[in-house]
Amino acid sequence: MELRKNYFADVRKDDLHEIGQPRPRSDSPGHVTGKTAYFADRSFPGMLHLKMVRSPHHHARIRSIDTSEAEKHPGVVRVLTAKDVPHNVYTILILIQIGPEDETVLADGKVRWKGEAVVAVLAETERAAQEAAAKVRIDYEVLPAVFDMEEALKPGAPLVNEYHGQNYYLYDSGECRKVRFGDVEAGFAGADHILEQSYQSSPIEHAPTETTGCVVAPEGNDRFTCYTNTQAMFFTLDNTSIILQMPGSKLHFVGGTVGGGFGGKVDVIVEPIAILGAKLTGRPVCFIYSREEEMQISSPRAAEKVVIKDGVMTDGRIVARKVTGYTDAGAYSRHSPYGAQKGAGHYPGPYTIPNVWIDTYCVYTNRTPSSAMRGFGVTIGDFALEVQMDKLARLIGMDPLEFRFINAYRDGDMKAHRQPTEGAALIECMQEASRVANWPVAEKYMAMSSYAKGA
Amino acid sequence: MAKVPVQFTLNGSEKAEFIDSGTTLLNALRDKIGDTSPKGGCHQGTCGACSVIIDGELRLSCLTLAETCDGAAITTTLGLAEGGVMHPLQRAFLDTFATQCGFCTPGMIMAAKVLLDHTPNPSRDEVIEALSGNICRCTGYEPIIQAVLRAARANSQNAA
Amino acid sequence: MAIRRGRGVAAINYPTGMNLGGDPTQALVHSTPTGNFMVTLSSVDLGQGMKQIMAQICAETIGVPTDRVVVDTADTDTGPHCMGTFASRGTHRAGNAVIQAAREARQVMLEVAAEELEVNASDLETDGQGNILVKGAPQKSISIFDVALSAHFKRGRSISGRGMFLIPRSYPEKETGAMKPSTCYAHACTVAEVEVDDETGEVTVLTVKNVFEIGRALNPKMVEQQLVGGSWMGISHALYETTEPYYPNRDHGGTDFNQYLMPGPGDLAETKIIVLERPSADGPYGAKGPGEMCANPQIPAVANAVFDAVGVRIDTLPITPERILRALKAQAAN
Ligand code: FES
Ligand code: FES
Repeated sequence: MELRKNYFADVRKDDLHEIGQPRPRSDSPGHVTGKTAYFADRSFPGMLHLKMVRSPHHHARIRSIDTSEAEKHPGVVRVLTAKDVPHNVYTILILIQIGPEDETVLADGKVRWKGEAVVAVLAETERAAQEAAAKVRIDYEVLPAVFDMEEALKPGAPLVNEYHGQNYYLYDSGECRKVRFGDVEAGFAGADHILEQSYQSSPIEHAPTETTGCVVAPEGNDRFTCYTNTQAMFFTLDNTSIILQMPGSKLHFVGGTVGGGFGGKVDVIVEPIAILGAKLTGRPVCFIYSREEEMQISSPRAAEKVVIKDGVMTDGRIVARKVTGYTDAGAYSRHSPYGAQKGAGHYPGPYTIPNVWIDTYCVYTNRTPSSAMRGFGVTIGDFALEVQMDKLARLIGMDPLEFRFINAYRDGDMKAHRQPTEGAALIECMQEASRVANWPVAEKYMAMSSYAKGA
Repeated sequence: MAKVPVQFTLNGSEKAEFIDSGTTLLNALRDKIGDTSPKGGCHQGTCGACSVIIDGELRLSCLTLAETCDGAAITTTLGLAEGGVMHPLQRAFLDTFATQCGFCTPGMIMAAKVLLDHTPNPSRDEVIEALSGNICRCTGYEPIIQAVLRAARANSQNAA
Repeated sequence: MAIRRGRGVAAINYPTGMNLGGDPTQALVHSTPTGNFMVTLSSVDLGQGMKQIMAQICAETIGVPTDRVVVDTADTDTGPHCMGTFASRGTHRAGNAVIQAAREARQVMLEVAAEELEVNASDLETDGQGNILVKGAPQKSISIFDVALSAHFKRGRSISGRGMFLIPRSYPEKETGAMKPSTCYAHACTVAEVEVDDETGEVTVLTVKNVFEIGRALNPKMVEQQLVGGSWMGISHALYETTEPYYPNRDHGGTDFNQYLMPGPGDLAETKIIVLERPSADGPYGAKGPGEMCANPQIPAVANAVFDAVGVRIDTLPITPERILRALKAQAAN
C-alpha cells in the first residue's frame, strides 16, 4: 500500500504521535498462538446442544407438530415449539420503530421459506439433538410459493407475509422510498440520448470462517450470560429482552471477539432461543450454526434488480437519471427495509445530475430472509451504476474515465436527496487511478479539483 | 454409548482419555482436553480451520476420529511457542499483519508449518499449494503467503 | 478461439454510518493508579481491529503511547451502549466517543499535574511519551505515572471521562426524499485488467489498481489489511459468489466451501492499493469508514473489463463462465 500525501496536503496536519502509525495489533499475538477465545471456545459442564427442525417447504401451512418421539429419544432434555416463546412474533428494527413485527422465532401455523425454524431440540450431545430432530413429525399443507420479485408484485401473487398484507414493505412514502429532484421527464426530453438498462444480482453469503452462534450459561442468580458473536451487543440484548419478555437486567452479553462478520451477524437469531432453552432447562446451552446453515439459512446479501434510465448529452453531461431498485428481502423484513431505503439515499451515485427520480422497493418472496452485508444497500447499486456509466460513455464515443470526470460531484454540489456535497474526493481518486493505471485523460481533467468551483 | 480409551501425545505431553466412539479429534481436543486452538469452521473438511499435525502430516481434525490417533504425536498451534518464545511462523504472521479476525490463523499456521518442515525454502507456488485447503475470508490471502515466505527466509538465515 | 484482454474502470463513493436509524455510541475512559488508561465500550471487533484503533485514538488524545491503553469492550455489564458494528460506523462513531471521553480525562490529568507543578493547566502539554511538560520550559515536567498516583492517593481526583457521539436520526421526506443518510463519504476508483478465454468463458483478473480516499489512515497497516481483503472480496463477488446460482430458482444452492466458490490463494490478482487522505470534518482525526466501500469498485471494474475483452455485457452477477459463453453464443447468432 502506498499513501499519497501530495493530495489534500493543505487540509491535513501530519503531526500526530499515535495516529497514522502502523502499531502492531494488540489482538494478533492471541490469534497466532491459538489463545484468542472465541465464543465457542467456552464450554460449561452439563452444556446442552440445540438443533433446529427446519421447514422442507418454501411455503406451507403447518397442520400439526408431533414431538413425542423426539422427546423420548435418549439424551433429549427439552423440545421447544412456538408456544414456548413468550413474544414469538418480532422484528429486529422495532428498536428504531421500523415495524411491523413480521417474523416468528419458531414457526407458528405457517412456514414462509425453506429452512425456517419450526422446532428446537435440546439434548445432552449434538448427535442426540440431531437424531431427535429427525424424529419430529410435522404435517404440512404445501402452499404456492413465489420466488421472482416481479411475480411477487403482480396482483394475485401468493401472499408471502400476512403481517405486511402485500408483497412489499409499505413506507410512509408508499410502496417505495422515493427521491424526486428536478424534473426528470423534462431532462429526458432534452437529452441527446436515452439509455435504459436493467441489472440483476443473486444472493451472496457472508461466509465468515466462524459460523453464527452463542453459548449461554445460567448464572444461578436469575441472570443469563450469553457469549455471542453478534455484531451489535445491545441491539441483540434488547431484542432478546422483548422476545423473551425478560427484563434486560437479567441478561448479560459478552462478545467482541468475532471470527468475521461482514454483516452476517447482525440478525438476532440464535441468542433468544438459546437463552430460552437455558431458562427452561436451567442448564448451559450452545447453539452454533453448521456450515450448511450458515450457507443457506443465515441471511445472505439480498438479490437486487436495478433499472437505470439515463438521459445524456453528446458533450458528456448526464442530464436525467431515473433509478428503480428492487431488494429481495425474502420472507421477512430483518434489515431489508432499511437497506432499500439506504439505496435511495445513495443513487444516483457520486455524480451531479440535475434531474433525478428514484424509487426503491423492498419486496417479499418465499426465500431465505436477506439482511445486511458489507456495502449494504450500495454494493449492487454501484455495480449497476458503474456498468451503466461505461455503457453511456461508449454510447457517446467518449473515454469512460473522462466521462466520469465530466459528471463527478464536487464540494457544494446539491445531491438528489438535497444535501450539499462535502469532502468530495472522487476526482482525485480518478486522477491517481489515471496515473497508476497508465490510463491517460485530457490535461483539463488532471487539473480539476473536488474543492468547490471557484474556491 | 461405548467409550473407548485413547492415548496420544499432544504438544509433547501425554494425554489419556475415555471418549465416545465416533468422536472427532477436533471435538476431543476442544471439549475433552481443552485445547481450543483448532477451530471448527465447517466440521465437514472444507475450511482447514481445524488443521493439526499428526505424526508430521497435516490432517483435518474434524475428519479424523480420535480413536484412530492412539499412540500418535499430535501438534497444534498452541504447542508451537517454546519457552514463551514464538515460532518463526507465528512471528512472521504478526510482522506481516496476516491475521484479521484470526479464526483461520491456527489452521493456516499448521499448514505452513508442515510445508516448512518438509520444504524449508518453498517457492511462492509451493506456499500457495500448501495453503490451498484453508479458507480465509478476511485477508485476501496475500499477507498470509507473505508471512510464510518471510518465515522461510528467517529459517534459512538462521540455518546459514 | 482465443484469450482476450480487456480493462475497465469504476469510481464510487460510500456513506459512513446509519443516520436513517439514529446512530449513537458511547465510551468511558479512566486511568489506573499508575497512569495506564482503560477504554470501556460495548462496540464489537469483528476482526477488523477496532480494539487496536480505539487504543490508538485514546492514546493520541490523552498523550500517552498506545501500549499504555487497554480496551475493554463488548461486555454489556460494563460497557456503555453502542449501536453496533456495521454501516462503516465503528471507527467513526466509537472513535468520536473515545475522543470526547479521553479529552475529559486528559483535562483532569492536566489539572492534577498543574497542582503538582504549581502552574496553570493551560500551560501544560504532553510529550506523547508519558510525560507532562510546561510549554516553553520542558525541563519542568512530571510523569503521567506520578500524576495518576497523586490523583488517586493524594488529591482525590478521578482521571476519567465520558464520551457520547450521536448522529440524530434523519427521517426522509415523503415526497421528495430529502434526507441526511450519512455523515462523511469515502471514495474509490479501480482499474481492473482481465483475460477472458472465449472458449471456456473463464475470466482471470490480472491486475486491480485501487485508489481509495478514506479520510485518514489511522493505522496504515490495518487500513491495508482491510483494503487488500476488500479488494479480494470485490473480485470474488464479481466472478464467483452466490448462494443461488440460478436465482430466482431456489435450487442448486451451495452448502459448503467446495460448492460456494471464492478465489483461493492461487487465484489472486496482482493488487495495487493507493490511499489518499482528505480528512473528514466530523471524523476522529479525520477518519471515514473504509471497511465496506473497499469491496465495491472491483465488481463493476471487472464487469467493464470483461466487456472490453470480449464485447459482451454481463449485467447479472456473478459473471460466470456460463453467462459469458451464453452471451458470446447469442452475439455470434446475431
Ligand atoms: S472444520 Fe475441519 S475443515 Fe472445516
Ligand atoms: S483472518 Fe479472518 S478468516 Fe482469515
